[in-house]
Amino acid sequence: MDLPRNVPPGEPIETDVVIIGAGPVGLFAVFELGLLDIKCHLIDILDKIGGQCAELYPEKPIYDIPGLPVVTGQELTDRLLEQVKPFNPTFHLNERVDELARQADGRFLLKTDIGREFVCKVVVIGAGGGSFTPKRPPLEGIEAYEGASVHYSVRRMEDFRGKDVLIVGGGDSALDWTLSLQPIANSLTLLHRRDDFRAAPHSVEKMRELVASGQMRLMIGQMTSMDGCEGKLEGVTVKTKEGEERISINAVLPFFGLTMKLGPIANWGLNLEENLIPVDTEKFETSEPGIFAIGDINTYPGKLKLILSGFHEAALMAQQAHRYIYPGKKLLFQYTTSSSNLQKKLGVK
Amino acid sequence: MAKITFIQPDGTSQIVDGTVGQTVMEVAKLANVPGIEAECGGACACATCHVYVAEGWRDKTGAPAEMEEDMLDFAFDVREESRLSCQIKVTEDLDGLIVQVPAKQF
Repeated sequence: MDLPRNVPPGEPIETDVVIIGAGPVGLFAVFELGLLDIKCHLIDILDKIGGQCAELYPEKPIYDIPGLPVVTGQELTDRLLEQVKPFNPTFHLNERVDELARQADGRFLLKTDIGREFVCKVVVIGAGGGSFTPKRPPLEGIEAYEGASVHYSVRRMEDFRGKDVLIVGGGDSALDWTLSLQPIANSLTLLHRRDDFRAAPHSVEKMRELVASGQMRLMIGQMTSMDGCEGKLEGVTVKTKEGEERISINAVLPFFGLTMKLGPIANWGLNLEENLIPVDTEKFETSEPGIFAIGDINTYPGKLKLILSGFHEAALMAQQAHRYIYPGKKLLFQYTTSSSNLQKKLGVK
Repeated sequence: MAKITFIQPDGTSQIVDGTVGQTVMEVAKLANVPGIEAECGGACACATCHVYVAEGWRDKTGAPAEMEEDMLDFAFDVREESRLSCQIKVTEDLDGLIVQVPAKQF
C-alpha cells in the first residue's frame, strides 16, 4: 500500500474518486468503493490516518462499533487500514483541499494547499468536524501579526535566526521547538501556564538545564496582549503570579493544540446547514450531483453522529458512485460471504 | 435534580435543572447555554467546555484530575478555579452550583 505518500505536485492525478478526509468513515468508503472496482485517493490535513480517532482519542475505548465490544481509536484505524489494504488506496497527508470545481467534461478538479491537482468523477466528503487547524489564542489584533510574526508551525528554522522568540505551550511541539530554535534565536522564552509539562521528560530536563545556565528563559503565566506596528510584532504582555510583564518579542509560536473548522468546504457552492452538508438518505449525495458527504460532516432528518452511521452511509454512497463511474453497467448486488468475485478482489480466494 | 447557574461574561445568567449523573457540560448543551462548545463531545479531548467554578463551590466540585489538568493547557485564560465542565458530574451536593463561562473558548 502507498502509505503515506507525499510526491511533489506535478501533473493532475486522475482517479475515480477523491475522498476528502481519512477518518474511519473515509477509510470504510475505500472498502465499499473497492468492492465495486472503484479506485480512490484520500486527502487529509492531518499528518496521520484516522481522523478524530487518531488525533483526539487514539487511546480511548469506543464501545459502539458493531462486533467489536471495545476498541480504541487507534485500533479501529489500524483494523480499517488492514481491511482496505486489498484496494491499495493512495493517501495524501498534511494536505488540505482548497478548491473544488466541475470541469467542462463533467469531472471534478480539486486543488490542495500545496498546489497538487486531482481530476475525478466522484468526490466524497468525509471531513468529520472539518479541517483540524491550530488554535489561535484569542488575543485582540493577533490576526495582523500572523504570517510575519505569529506562526503556528515552523516551516523554515532560518526564519527564526536572530529573533526574539516566544514559544507558548507545554507539550512536545513547544519543547521540541524550544530546544531546536534556542541555538539560533537571539533570545528564547518559553511560556507555559504551569510549571508542569506534558512533553517528554528528557526534553523538559534539557530545557531546564538551558534555563539554569541562563541560555533561555522560562515564564509561568499566560499571554494577555500583543503590541507592534504594521504587522510586525514588538512585544507580548504576559501575566504571571507576580503581575504583568511586557517582554520584547518579534516571533511567537503558540502551541495550543488543534480545533476543527469547516474551512474551504464553505466555498464550494454546496448547500450548508449550520456548517453541515445536507444530503439525501438514499445516496448521501449533496446538492451537487457526484459530490457525496458521509459521516459527521453531513446532516439529514434523524442523523446520528456515530461511526456506524457513517459506515452505512459509505455503503449506500458507493452504489450511486458506481452509476457515475460505470454508466450503463448493471450493478449486481453480492455478498462477500458467497461471491467468489468479491473474494477475489479481497485477495482471500 | 440540581440547579446550576451559568454566568456569561456580560453578567447575564441562566439557571438550568441538571439531573444527577449528567455532566455539567451536558446540562449546558441541553439548555443551549452559550459559550460551552464541547467540540469533542465529552471525551476530555478538546478543552472547549472550560468554565470557572464560583467561589465556595470548589471544594464540592473538586480539583481537576491529571488528564483534565493536561487538557486545560489547551484552554485560554486558565485560572485556579478553571475546570472542564465535561469532567464535573452532577450530584445532589452540587444543587445551587454556580459556574462562569469564559469570554472565549479558543
